[in-house]
This record gives sequence, structure tokens and C-alpha cells, in this order.
Amino acid sequence: MAELALKNTEKQTSTVNLRRRPRWGETVIQALLFFSGFFSIFTTLGIVYELGKEALLFFQMPEVKLLDVFTSTKWQPHTGNFGIWPLFTSTLLTTTIAMAIAIPLGLSVAIYLSEYAKPRVRSLLKPILEILAGIPTIVYGYFALTFMTPLLRQIFGRDVVQIYNTGSAGLVMGLLILPLITSMTEDALSAVPRSLREAAYGVGGTKLEVALQIVVPAALSGIAAAVIVGISRAIGETMIVAVAAGAGPNFTLNPFVGAETITGHIVRISGGDLSYDSVDYNSIFALGLFLFIVTLVLNIISQAIVRRFREVYE
Amino acid sequence: MKEKAVVQGFANNLEARHRRSTLWRVVFQASTIVGIFALVALMINIINGAFGYVAYEAKVDPDTLTVDGIPVQEQSQEQLVARLQSTLSSGAYKKLENEKPFAQRSREEVYQLVVERIIRPQVVEVWNLWPSLTQADKIRATVAQDHPGAELDFISWLTTDFVTRPQTSEAFTAGVRTAILGSLWTILFTILLAFPIGVGAAIYLEEYAADNWLNRIIQTNINNLAGVPSIVYGILGLAIFVRALEPLTSGEVFGLVDPTTANGRTVLSAGLTLGLLVLPIIIINAQEAIRAVPRSLRNASYGVGATKWQTVWSHVLPTAMPGILTGTILAVSRAIGETAPLVVVGASTAISFDPASPFSKFTTLPIQIYQWTSRPQDEFRSLAAASILVLLVLLLSLNASAVLLRNRFSRRF
Repeated sequence: MAELALKNTEKQTSTVNLRRRPRWGETVIQALLFFSGFFSIFTTLGIVYELGKEALLFFQMPEVKLLDVFTSTKWQPHTGNFGIWPLFTSTLLTTTIAMAIAIPLGLSVAIYLSEYAKPRVRSLLKPILEILAGIPTIVYGYFALTFMTPLLRQIFGRDVVQIYNTGSAGLVMGLLILPLITSMTEDALSAVPRSLREAAYGVGGTKLEVALQIVVPAALSGIAAAVIVGISRAIGETMIVAVAAGAGPNFTLNPFVGAETITGHIVRISGGDLSYDSVDYNSIFALGLFLFIVTLVLNIISQAIVRRFREVYE
Repeated sequence: MKEKAVVQGFANNLEARHRRSTLWRVVFQASTIVGIFALVALMINIINGAFGYVAYEAKVDPDTLTVDGIPVQEQSQEQLVARLQSTLSSGAYKKLENEKPFAQRSREEVYQLVVERIIRPQVVEVWNLWPSLTQADKIRATVAQDHPGAELDFISWLTTDFVTRPQTSEAFTAGVRTAILGSLWTILFTILLAFPIGVGAAIYLEEYAADNWLNRIIQTNINNLAGVPSIVYGILGLAIFVRALEPLTSGEVFGLVDPTTANGRTVLSAGLTLGLLVLPIIIINAQEAIRAVPRSLRNASYGVGATKWQTVWSHVLPTAMPGILTGTILAVSRAIGETAPLVVVGASTAISFDPASPFSKFTTLPIQIYQWTSRPQDEFRSLAAASILVLLVLLLSLNASAVLLRNRFSRRF
């Protein structure tokens, strides 16, 4: 207090300097904060640079022929076959199965939660969805292998369904993505203003007509974004397919046989002590780059849809 | 006349419309029930795997180890050590002595060793909880017929011993202590990297950043990073932390490890990799928390002459902290459950010693679950189920603390 008083009297005697003083502490802190903000750019640059560099090395390897990569239907690093198709088709297969489960279920649950459920039911169901979303994917992998696969084998016969198959991995992946699609869709539906619904009821719409013909179209951009994010998540999903979909690339669209997806392959290859600069080592970078680009494009599309087609209500 | 027909048509139609409305209502409800059923099935399936009958045969009958009428369970430490010395080859005995002198081991540890190395119970067959409850008689009959020498016990694979024992290759003596400690060590470095940078970035973006192209790129980039598959982070971690920064992440530059065996596949690399993975999530959550702090609070602070940083440090951060911590806990629980990036970074397949420094090799709980699930034998599936229960309890308590934090400290403006 005394110090402050002293300062004040000092200032009164001299001419008061109103110019902004430089505060070095503030500048340093601001620089540190900027660095923190910029740090994530380094992550992206790191991904692009490292994955790109090693992927380039992969394509330059003598045993890898660029044309083969996109035309050959065999991926067998030890015989020099690097066709991406078998890995690609199984990724496509698991993703399709997952989305065939997650889209209809997820939309139905979201519509139920947002349009039909009473507040009490809602407050009970939302946490259940959050729990589902918080369960680690390896647990879903265990579920696929010890529950879904035996179930499928019982239904379709043990001769038809192999122990490791893309079908059970895809189905369980659908359950994994269900809460994601539900919560994003539900957010979009809840954002549609009450007045729209009341107007529709006013001209005599039934509950279903209001939900499907008024609310859903109004929230369509959010729903589309949810579906695309779901697809991107399914493509990048790893542990379920690593546990349940089988080891070894297989060029097939039969969901009852084992086939390795891109992510499953990366995990299996890097499971052992991978030696640097081997074909296997470089190949996971090429596959990782492929995954990165595909999911990035999907995410950007989803963001663009939201920005571009969002119906804005006051 | 025409109007009447329209009205009539409308009335006729009305019933069909209401019927359709009810039908779809049932469909929506059924979907919700399917979702709940899936969660219940998931939980029951795990519990089903973690308990049940197990038939096992001992390589050496414990009764033959009785000395002076004292059964092996009650023998003193000296007797047990003597038994080990006389039964094991001198090389194997020396190796155990080198790992940790017998004098320093507790009686329990020595007894474990006797069970592990001499009695060696081998699992013959495993049953899940459901058949164990419903067909107990049939199981007993099968065991009596097929494995006359085997013992049959109803056990819980999840025990306190299971949580405190280190990892081994035998199903009966395996535990998850190594994995739990590995997870905790890893998460420590994840938090050390991601929390300060994450909160710093959120403060920058919410409080300092002007609306220009650079800051828009930073924001977009963070949103996109949140959607990158976790395995891609694993590959990045392999290239940068394990390989390029090997001298640092293996502890070589600190002179802590022998340069010839130095390896970047350490706790530190794993933690930093997961740190990069959860960074965007922490930033986005922290941004939301900071955004919820009302403008008036800042203006009041500026009004009494505080600088920007003083305002942020003394007013914005304390107010936003419960929200930031909740978001961080949720991000950390995501990191604890991550498996794929750590497999790529190079988690060890079988280590039985606890991680002791940032430069230790590591395994984590999800990795352990993955390895046990991937093994064809049923007993390891049961171990996987038991470790899933451990992991879920860990995550559930983290999430519960996040919810508590949110309810207790959050203030509405």
C-alpha cells in the first residue's frame, strides 16, 4: 500500500506518461501461446512429410511397380506382389456392412430421441449412448470375436462362416459407429426450431409426417455430415478388424471369409519388431498416407456440407 | 359435392396416416431397444468370459511336495527356497537369484515361484459363466471322463491377485500389474505434452487470435486432425519419436541406457504419440469451456486496469477450469483405451518387469487385452475378459470423476 502511495505521489510530481509501456512478459506469453496454437500445424506437416517421404521410398523400391499397385489383386510382400485391391475391397466391405447397420439404426434412434422420447426417457438414454461411445474399440473387437462370430456361425452354419470373417467385424463396427451418428444427427434435429414443427402440426400433420417431412429435411446437412464422419471413422477403425476380420489379404467380397483390411494389415505388419527401411516398413507408410488422404477428404467434405447447406434459423 | 368428396378422402386417408405414424413410432422405438440390447449383450458377454469352471492338471502333484507332514501351501520360506534349489536346474535357479535375491523376496513371491516353476498347473479346458451355471453336472461328468487326473474349479479370472501380479506366459499366474503401470506411465507423458499445449492453444485461439487467414487455417487444421484415424498417429509416432528422435526417447543422450541396445520403443515415445492424438480433442474441449466464460467478466477485469494476460490468468482460466479439466479427462480416457497406435509404435509383446523409467519398454492394458484376445486358447480369452473389466472400471471411474467435476464446479452465467 505504502509503495503504491509513493508511486502515486511520484507520478503527480513528474509529468504523467500516458504512453503504452512495452510489457515484455505479455509479449513472451503471447508468443508461447501462439506457439501452442501453431503446434498442431507441425503435427499435420509431420504427418504429410513423414508419410509422404516413406511412401515415396516405397514406390521407388525395385520390387514395387506403380502400375501393379493399382491393378494387381494380390498383396504379398514376400513374393513382390503389391496390389492394393485385396486390402481395399475388405476395407470397403467392412465399412459398407458397418454403415448398413449404423445409418438406419442411428437415424431411427436419433429421430426417436429428438422427436418422440419424453424428457425423462431422453435423460436416461443419452448417457447410455455416451457409455457406448466411450468403450475402447479393442473391447468391441473382443465382442466381435467371442459373440458375433459364434452367433453368425450358428445362424449360417460352421462350414459357411470362417472363424475370422469380415461380416462380424463389420456388424460390430456398425454398433461402434451407431452412437457417433446418433449424437451428431440428434444435435442436428434438435437445432431445428420448435416453430417449424408447430406450423406443421397446425396444418394437421401427424407426428411421423412432421418428423420425416419437416424436421429431417431441415436438418439434412447435419445428417449428411454425420454419415460422412461415420464412414471416415469406419475406414480408419483398426482394432475390431485386427481382432476379428482375419490375417492375410484376401481378394473377396464374401463377408463370411477372413480378409485383412488396410488398417488390419498395418497393425499385423508392425506387431513384430519391424526393421527400418524394409519393404514392410515403407509399405505401412504408403497405406497410412492413403488412409490419411481418404479420411481427410471425407472430413473436409462433411465440414463443407455443413457450412454450405446449413439452414440458418434465427 | 366435390368438397364433400375431398373431405371424405381426407377422412379415409386419416386412418392410414395415423396407422403409418404408429408403425414408424414402433420402428424407431425398436431401433433404440436394439441399441440398448447391443450394450447389454456386450457387457454380459464380457462377464460371461471372466468367470466360470476351469479344469486343470498339475504337472507335479502338490501332495508329493509335502515335507514332514506340512503341505506345500504352509511351508516356510526357507523350505520353499530349498525346494526350488533342489528341483530347478542350477542355471534356472541362478537366473531367478540374479533377477531378485531370494532373501529379498517375500514368502508369497517364493510360493508363487514354486507354483509357477514346480507345480505348474496347466489349463485343460475352460467354460464360460453361462454353461458353468446351467450345465454344471454335464461339465463335471465330461471332466471325470476325459481328464481323470484334472481338478475342476469354479473361478473368477478377475481377482485382486490378477490385478497385482506381473505378466507371465501361464494363464494361471498371469496378471495385469505390468500393463496397468505401463498405461499409467504412458498417460503421464500424454498429459504432460497435451495439457499445457492444448490449453495454451485454446487460450490463443479464443482470446488472442485475430480473425485472419493464419488463425483460420490453425482452427481448420485442428478440426481436421480430430478426425484423423488413430493408426495414422501411430505411424507418425513410429517415424518421429521411435526412429528420428531415438537418441532422446531411448534415453541414450542422457547416458541412462547402453547405446548398443538403445531402442526408441519406449514409454516416452508411446506417451508422446498419444499426446499428439488427444491434443486436438483437448483444444476443442478447452475452447468450448473458455468460450462459455461471459464477456462481462473480462470487461470488468480490463476496467480495473488488468492486462490481457492478467485477465486470462486470474479470471478467464479459473472460471473455465472445471470445463477444461472435464474435457481433458474425457480425452485422457480416450487415450487410455487406444490400442492401434501403440501396436504400431511398438509395444512389447511379453514383458514381465514393471516399467521403471520413461525409457522402459512398455505394454498397456489395451495391448494386453489385444494379445490375449488374439490367442486361440480359451483361457487367454478369459484373461482378456478379466482385463477388459479392469479397463472398464478404470475408464468408468475417470468418466464419473469428470461428471462430478462438471456438476460440482461448473457455474452458469
